[in-house]
Amino acid sequence: MTTTVAAPVASGAPAAKAKVHRSWTQHGLLFVAPFLLVYVAFLVWPTLLGLRMSFSSVNIAGTNDRMVGFANYAEAFGDPRMWRSLWNTLVFTALSTVPLVLLGLLFALLVHNLRFMQWLWRLSFFGPFLLPSAVVAVLWLQMIYPPEYGLINGTLGTDVLWLGDPGVAMWSMVLTTVWWTVGFNFLLYLAALQSIPQHLYEAAAIDGATGWDKLRSITLPMLSRTTALIVVLQLLASLKVFDQIYLMTGGGPEDSTRPIIEYAYDVGFTGYRIGYASAVSYILFVIIVVVSLVQLRLFRKREEVAS
Amino acid sequence: MQGPPPTISRRNLLGGSLALLGAGAAGCAIPVGLGSSQTRVKYWHFLGASDGIIMNQMVGAFAKEHADIFIEENVLAWGEPYYTKVAMAGAGGRSPDLATFHLARLAGIGAGQLLDPINVDLLAEAGLRGADFSPPIWQRAHYNGTLYAVPFDAHPMVQYYNTDICAKAGLLGADGKLRATTGPDELLAALRKAKDAMGGEPPLAFDALGLGTVGPWRVWWSLYPQSGGTLLSEDGSRITIDDAKALAALRFMRTLGEEGLCDPTTDYGASVAKFTNNQAAFLWNGDWETTGLKDRGTPFSMARFPSVFGTGAAQADCHVFVLPHQRNRDPEVERATYRFIAYLVKNSADWAVAGHVPAYLPALQEPEYLALQPQSEYRSVITDVALDPQVWYTGSASRLWIEFGEAFSPVISGERTPEEGLANAKAALTRLMSAPNPFPVQER
Repeated sequence: MTTTVAAPVASGAPAAKAKVHRSWTQHGLLFVAPFLLVYVAFLVWPTLLGLRMSFSSVNIAGTNDRMVGFANYAEAFGDPRMWRSLWNTLVFTALSTVPLVLLGLLFALLVHNLRFMQWLWRLSFFGPFLLPSAVVAVLWLQMIYPPEYGLINGTLGTDVLWLGDPGVAMWSMVLTTVWWTVGFNFLLYLAALQSIPQHLYEAAAIDGATGWDKLRSITLPMLSRTTALIVVLQLLASLKVFDQIYLMTGGGPEDSTRPIIEYAYDVGFTGYRIGYASAVSYILFVIIVVVSLVQLRLFRKREEVAS
Repeated sequence: MQGPPPTISRRNLLGGSLALLGAGAAGCAIPVGLGSSQTRVKYWHFLGASDGIIMNQMVGAFAKEHADIFIEENVLAWGEPYYTKVAMAGAGGRSPDLATFHLARLAGIGAGQLLDPINVDLLAEAGLRGADFSPPIWQRAHYNGTLYAVPFDAHPMVQYYNTDICAKAGLLGADGKLRATTGPDELLAALRKAKDAMGGEPPLAFDALGLGTVGPWRVWWSLYPQSGGTLLSEDGSRITIDDAKALAALRFMRTLGEEGLCDPTTDYGASVAKFTNNQAAFLWNGDWETTGLKDRGTPFSMARFPSVFGTGAAQADCHVFVLPHQRNRDPEVERATYRFIAYLVKNSADWAVAGHVPAYLPALQEPEYLALQPQSEYRSVITDVALDPQVWYTGSASRLWIEFGEAFSPVISGERTPEEGLANAKAALTRLMSAPNPFPVQER
């Protein structure tokens, strides 16, 4: 850390100056020490411990801690329930990311162009995001989805088992999640929209551009960096899905909604096999790292093209 | 008030808030003074509904008689999370002094690691002896030769019957009780009569279908052990299913579905609802619906699960008391814990109101218990219970139950032959056996 920070400044500068800078970085380390300490203790260290556990047969009591090599990984790769839950997580990610990004953009455009009561629309779209997952789960579970007296079936006169039908349950989870979290993307988009310089639109208007032209040639390109950011954040958030599914369906019916994090929780905390649960977690970890790296590459390429 | 006006310095404010915080934290604690002479026993259980009310009354009654002991009763949600909590508490070694448990869970939770052995001497001092308990249950309370649980009750599969419909079908004896049947033919004949009396509607209801249904397992694990069938060898290393006997039980279940004697599309909730609303003459279920049915005024009584293939075995699990692992157990608290256990066990007759059969045999003789109707009607099942094999993947709502339930549910409806159902169950069992036990025996 020290060298990478100091290097660009030090290059071509007198030695004395470099010394001053080094002492400053030492000071800086002191400043971030409280954060680093917590970061190492609660994130880095458990991550490393988890990796070690994934190669052991340790149970929830911390006993039976034998190193078993890749046995946990081998078992996981041959475990149909692991594949099923991993597939569920990927399906959820695919189904939820698209509407969350597109609707976020759509709502932001709507609100940005509305001239009256903007605060109300902003609040309406962002409000649900402020609710804790448990409140969201109870609201949808008890009031909106119940087949007999729920809001949806009651209003539409339909007879759908929103959470009881294995073919529908995942869509219901996506719907709930979109309602709950679209506000965050909406807010990011709205902020980005408000920072687009007005003179671009004025110039376009003088050139006779229609509303559609402005959207296509000014707004969307100016939002591209925000879009990239939102897509990354959204993919990562969706891959980590757990709370609302655990609370609303517990992974059912017929394992049709069980995400991989819940599977890790199940085998670890109710099956007591922490070692195996760690291996399952690391499989997801690797997937998340790969997704992030791919994203980063795409990001960089786009930026290179842009510059 | 002659002095200068009070000023709030930063230090005072900080100190004051800390004191407030402390007071707040103390306020949250159970109001029993640390300096008081009471011994505090921390007790966890998962008993809800009528079970929970009765347990709470028993704890209250104990407190009245034992002023020197304070039972801190902590009711937690039933199900998997409960066992996770006990496991975590036991792993940390600072667990509650006493916990209610299911007997079938003993092997799965790593008795000896997360649970401490029962001190037989202290148990005897409190007045409980092994000979006083139902032998199969007492034996199953041991794991590898060590006692880890004090049995409280069994909650077996029983046969609820609607007295009105059964009287109409001529199935009741002179005493107004259901005439017991023996063998498949007698049972089928009785069911057919009931079906006629109900105008051709299926007379028998049980949990036969649904997501994660365990009903088919519970019916099968009542019928099959009646013929002496077993699932696994004593050490759990080999499958010992007797195909002929297993198939006989499955074919019988298929007959029930085929002849329309039961409705194969009934799930758990529907089975209870049908019986409650007089739409079924019989209900096969655990004994825990007793209070609910009484409250709703269904004209019903109860009998042992019918004897079809030999003995009167019935699938059952048991509530037991266990001691989650503690690093340092206070001897005084330990004594108080055993006194509390002994009190509950000896007063099992009070507990039996909820429908469960006391595992403590002397309680079965008490007039107070015998007067309980219909709770005392099926008491003799207590020495005939079919318990889960003692391996780590069994127990209420365990993978084993769900896999077998899913394998057998389509057999009842005819979507799968008994042979296919058995093959699926065996395949599932093989999978479960191959998964490593998180608490291997040699570890101890």
